[in-house]
Amino acid sequence: MRSGASATGQPRPFRPRLGPRLTYALNRLVAANAFYRKLAAAIERHPRAERWFTAGERMAKEQMFGCRMCGQCALPATGYACPMTCPKQLRNGPCGGVSADGGCEVYPDLRCVWVTAFERAEQTGHASDLDLLQRPVDHREAGRSSWVNYWQGRDEGLWAAVGEDRPRPLLRRELPVVPL
Amino acid sequence: MTGPSGVPGRLRTALAAGRFVVTAEIGPPRDADPDVITRTAALLLGWVDAANITDNQGANVRLSSLAGSILVQGAGVEPVMQLTCRDRNRLALQSDLLAAGALGIPNVLLLTGDHPCFGDHPDAKPVFDIDGVQLTWAARTMRDDGVLMSGQPVRAPPRWLIGTVENPFAPPTALRARRLAKKVAAGAEFVQTQYVFDTGLFTRWMAEVRALGITGRCKVIAGVGPVRSLRALDFMRSGIPGIQIPDHVVRRLRGVPGDQVAREGIDLCVETIQQVMEIPGVAGVHLMAMGFERGVPEIIQRAGLSPRHAEPAGAAPAGRPAALTAASARRRQPPC
Repeated sequence: MRSGASATGQPRPFRPRLGPRLTYALNRLVAANAFYRKLAAAIERHPRAERWFTAGERMAKEQMFGCRMCGQCALPATGYACPMTCPKQLRNGPCGGVSADGGCEVYPDLRCVWVTAFERAEQTGHASDLDLLQRPVDHREAGRSSWVNYWQGRDEGLWAAVGEDRPRPLLRRELPVVPL
Repeated sequence: MTGPSGVPGRLRTALAAGRFVVTAEIGPPRDADPDVITRTAALLLGWVDAANITDNQGANVRLSSLAGSILVQGAGVEPVMQLTCRDRNRLALQSDLLAAGALGIPNVLLLTGDHPCFGDHPDAKPVFDIDGVQLTWAARTMRDDGVLMSGQPVRAPPRWLIGTVENPFAPPTALRARRLAKKVAAGAEFVQTQYVFDTGLFTRWMAEVRALGITGRCKVIAGVGPVRSLRALDFMRSGIPGIQIPDHVVRRLRGVPGDQVAREGIDLCVETIQQVMEIPGVAGVHLMAMGFERGVPEIIQRAGLSPRHAEPAGAAPAGRPAALTAASARRRQPPC
């Protein structure tokens, strides 16, 4: 199995290098708070700082999760198995092409990233996360720091609960109607 | 979900009435000849409630599902226009959904689609801008809330019925019913499943689907189809992603003389239909005949289902008397 998943090239299913419990524990270290919010705002004001910070995030998350820098991290809701490493980049669960042994439709030797996500979420009691409706990716955020986005509250509409009888319309950020 | 004439679609009417529906599939050709589609539609006319028009099936270039749907509609059969996320970004998807609405296509089936690596252009750029669940969500929002994904208003929203697909047999099987629940929350009103060969697993999946309260909001149509040869069997097992055929079925088909495989495959298909009809919550069957559309009437009759023209659901197939349709369809049956 080629491990070098990277932000370039075709997405290939990536098996997280850290166990599920450890990743949920680590997540607490980066949980949003007032300090991080200020830090993120400061980083964004300084292009060089933003470049370095983003490079650091890329390096760390690429090693741990095969991160492809979509800029709107779904990991906390997918058992820390990155859905952007799915060849179809499915954010809402596995496609119907998973083989009987759990292999990816496109790379039969690699485990489907959603099979991995389901196992990891089950093991840690987070299976209900997979019921969340994930909104479409904003491709303008590609290559940007998802931590900076998350700390500033821009990820709040990334998913909706199925329990909402009528999930809010897809519009999730104040998208400009006129193209930028 | 009315056509330009304002007549409610047959599939919607039948599903709403709780009648057991039959849908089939028409794969458009790899050329610009409309006759192939209309000929196949003629074989199904009067026998099915609606026919899916596939969208570049198996990631192979074909005449578009939108054009195919219009041709099928012209031949008197109600289309279910398939639309995949493989080849179109969110602009193109929404544009085709609006087009389907404007042209009076009564049903759409929204899915993610096979990866291009399986098709005739493995060098193509896979789009997958959004996934099948998000497409379902976008369609529902467009129709019911009258807004595009951008938030811009749609002044005359389309009215099609929204369908989706699910594969109860692919891992993680414990997630599959909940994944369907998610699609139903997003807006799916009917679902067609992957080929059912493992009726035991399908029965268990249906129990989960009922327990989640899905059947009250979304009609489940079981996918079935005849295996016509051992070559077809091998192709389905290895060439099409996501089809799972249990060993006892493989043994049964391999256990008969070569010239009787086709017959055995039809028997198996008929038995499967009869079995899924007994499962509470199954609203119909989706017959994927893969080029054997002339055999559809026989399968329907042997399964104990009546031809559609004998049923009082919605718009009658336009332009042709029902009796004539049935007779001509019977004449086209294989001699065996």
